[in-house]
Amino acid sequence: MAAVKKAPSTIYGYNSFCPGCGHGIVIRLIAEVVEEMGLAEDAIGVLAVGCSCLTNRYLALDLLQAAHGRAAASAGAIKRCRPDKLVFTYQGDGDAASIGIAETLYSAQRNENFTQIIVNNGVYGMTGGQMSPTSLVGQKTTTSVKGRDPEIMGMPLKISELISHFDVSYLARGSVHDAAHIRKTKTYIRKAFETQMNQGGYTCVEIISPCPTNWHLTPLQAVDRIEKEVLEYYPVGEIKGGAR
Amino acid sequence: MVHINSEKCKACGYCVKACPKGALAFGENVNGKGYHAVTVDEEKCVSCGTCYTVCPDTVFTIEEG
Ligand SMILES: Cc1ncc(C[n+]2csc(CCOP(=O)(O)OP(=O)(O)O)c2C)c(N)n1
Ligand code: SF4
Ligand SMILES: [Mg+2]
Repeated sequence: MAAVKKAPSTIYGYNSFCPGCGHGIVIRLIAEVVEEMGLAEDAIGVLAVGCSCLTNRYLALDLLQAAHGRAAASAGAIKRCRPDKLVFTYQGDGDAASIGIAETLYSAQRNENFTQIIVNNGVYGMTGGQMSPTSLVGQKTTTSVKGRDPEIMGMPLKISELISHFDVSYLARGSVHDAAHIRKTKTYIRKAFETQMNQGGYTCVEIISPCPTNWHLTPLQAVDRIEKEVLEYYPVGEIKGGAR
Repeated sequence: MVHINSEKCKACGYCVKACPKGALAFGENVNGKGYHAVTVDEEKCVSCGTCYTVCPDTVFTIEEG
């Protein structure tokens, strides 16, 4: 029987993400877009440090493991050497907006020609749920046990809004908490990849994603939290380049 | 119709919530990883593929017929 919808052929085996983790959805969307664009042999992904690096035994593309926070710098360099390839990073919020904020912002400032994918789950997932720059006000983590207090810790950082100050080619924020947002987020990834291959310039998609384990919620409670709390502070939509 | 790879399922429940026909439910048996993998009521399923879209673990394949 012919399959009308099946996992992309570049996804293999089992992923080791926790139940309900958004990383599995985002990786599938990237693989779908790469396959639909016919670029599976011509795509190079740069993995960050964090749960994003679990992708290295799940996605059959050429992948490089960058040092913590340096994925954007590595990707920009790869694209300069191989401008014919589709080059993207796959990073968490901690990697891209904390230790790697300099690499993120200077890639945008130089309008480097690659795509940055930032999975924003509001915590340092892999290391056990410490507060990240994007943890919400009041959010309890192992390093903000009474909840994030803006008096001491500042307000949650909006990396896409910071990037938007530069003259970049495409920028959007999506979410993977329900089917409609997942479909929309896929169109953002596709536009970012197409912009890179056609007009060129820096492109970025930030994606709001559940980390049920470190939010201490069930997967269904976690996606509910995104809908009711997270999207209010991190609204989704195209920020730059959407009209093209 | 929908094909379920039970061994990949981690029982997150996203598909059970998202299915517009209420065709999905957690099964009685546990899979090799200890999860009550999702099962489908083929009478109710209309092969829309919403389960495929929300699944983080590529459990679903939608087939013709
Ligand atoms: C130089 C360095 N500092 C700190 C760490 C510890 N560390 C590993 S992953 C991580 C943060 C990951 O958070 P994020 O980027 O948000 O990814 P997530 O796991 O949430 O997807 C940290 C701090 C490290 N590996 N290397
Ligand atoms: S710790 Fe969080 S980000 Fe990491 S795999 Fe588990 S749910 Fe996903
Ligand atoms: Mg994170």
